[in-house]
Amino acid sequence: MYAAVGVIGEQKTAIIERGAIIRFAEAIGDTNPAYPEVAPPTFLRSLGRAVPDLPDAGSVPRALDGGSEWTYGPPVLAGDTVHTATTLDSLREREGKMGGMVIADYITQYVNQHGETVATQRNTVIRMGVSV
Amino acid sequence: MSEQPNIHDISIGFQLPALVKRPTPRQLVQYAGASGDFYEIHYDKDFAIAQGLPGVIIHGALKSAWIAQVVTDWMGPAGSLRSFSVRYRGMDVPGDALTCTAKVVEKDEVAGIVRCEIELADGAGVVTTTGEATVGLPGR
Repeated sequence: MYAAVGVIGEQKTAIIERGAIIRFAEAIGDTNPAYPEVAPPTFLRSLGRAVPDLPDAGSVPRALDGGSEWTYGPPVLAGDTVHTATTLDSLREREGKMGGMVIADYITQYVNQHGETVATQRNTVIRMGVSV
Repeated sequence: MSEQPNIHDISIGFQLPALVKRPTPRQLVQYAGASGDFYEIHYDKDFAIAQGLPGVIIHGALKSAWIAQVVTDWMGPAGSLRSFSVRYRGMDVPGDALTCTAKVVEKDEVAGIVRCEIELADGAGVVTTTGEATVGLPGR
């Protein structure tokens, strides 16, 4: 499993669609007048990301989102092209109330068509053997 | 929208206007579609109960959108969200009223930056989600 640390998942490219921003802002219930010219801070999640495989994780099949830290650069604008790549940054094992857990930290970098990093996301995923 | 805040008039301890959300199962379906997160625990009650949950639960990422919104609603068009973090401590269910509160805990007047601590509490007042944000504010 630890061999996967440092591995970068497949790079994905997406165009930031105005309609997708409108639907996202409606779904979160945010009427900020800056949208949809600008994307809301967590909109980038909806682009999807290719997380590198975690081999031998069969004993901890359940994944739970533990949280994220986001750092922002220039705003993400409707019409931008954003390239996304996710690296498995670290793995930790812990004994929890419900058995063994594996805590994985992924770093996703979002880069626009000008080569500017528009956001970096560190996401913690907690993997467990039992339900949620 | 309230008046544009500026770095000079904001002091440590300042409470941002609270944000109240009353998510419905319909909103969770809407968010699943808009975000592409189709994990069934967020819209299929039978599936959620079979997983040992009380029923469908709110996407963590949807709560993170509100943790950011309480700040972006306040900072105004001249403010900028530099960074924010969110940590999930407990789950939330639709039908409850969720309140996001935030306060300024640090300020760098020269750099024009404040740091805010953010909490999301359920209808019983239990904090289920916490966060932090760094915000750039203009001068006067």
